[in-house]
Amino acid sequence: MKFSIMVNEGPYTHQASDSAYHFTAAALKAGHEIVRVFFYHDGVNNGTRLSIPPQDDRNVCTRWSELGQQHELELILCVAAAQRRGLLDEDEAKRAGKNSDNIAPGFEISGLGQLIDAGIQADRLVVFGD
Amino acid sequence: MASKKFLYVNRKAPHGSIYALESLEVVLIGAAFEQEVTLAFIDDGVYQLLKNQDSSAIGSKNFSPTYRALGDYDVNQIYVERESLELRGLTKEDLMPLTWEDEDDDWAEKDSIHVVSSAELAEVIEQQDVLLNF
Repeated sequence: MKFSIMVNEGPYTHQASDSAYHFTAAALKAGHEIVRVFFYHDGVNNGTRLSIPPQDDRNVCTRWSELGQQHELELILCVAAAQRRGLLDEDEAKRAGKNSDNIAPGFEISGLGQLIDAGIQADRLVVFGD
Repeated sequence: MASKKFLYVNRKAPHGSIYALESLEVVLIGAAFEQEVTLAFIDDGVYQLLKNQDSSAIGSKNFSPTYRALGDYDVNQIYVERESLELRGLTKEDLMPLTWEDEDDDWAEKDSIHVVSSAELAEVIEQQDVLLNF
């Protein structure tokens, strides 16, 4: 089956991102296809590479980044949501005159059209949020 | 491109969290994709459609005028749950008028808002392909 995943909450405050990660990993392991993982609302905060959780806890952001690179997943941060919350890639940072970017490897910033397209392409769009 | 039925379910008050505003942003972008779009407003989500909103005292952007543009984007199936209105002491008269122009009927102006019972809304939900909850 073809799944698209939507993540609507950031790391740690809610379990949504953890559940989405476990669902995505399990679906891939079972041989399903992941069309795209789309991060919206505070979900865009999962895409930072500057998160430093305590060493005895899971690293929610790095975990997504690694899963994405391992399976060549599309991990998309909504550009409008990301700009509001200070998630920038190199191009965005340059364009906005900021002195740093912060998105993790494997993540991409793109538009809301990618969410609609994810809903069209997939058999099921599975939404994780609070 | 395949055409699917998209339903956006709006459950939260317009202010207090960003879900209502960012839901509206998805609806407006999604309208360009020529899919069938339906909106539902339930629970505190019915407050999103109140007329004469003024958010100046809390310093948040009043985005409520944007709902009036939905008709121009061919988003004209808007369902509001009757029970949610009643529980909050509201009637359709408290909501801003949302209309669209029907080009198959000499551009007659028609009402986009349908107040329905929760059972009727369940039938609407049943017919959808993609459901986004905000």
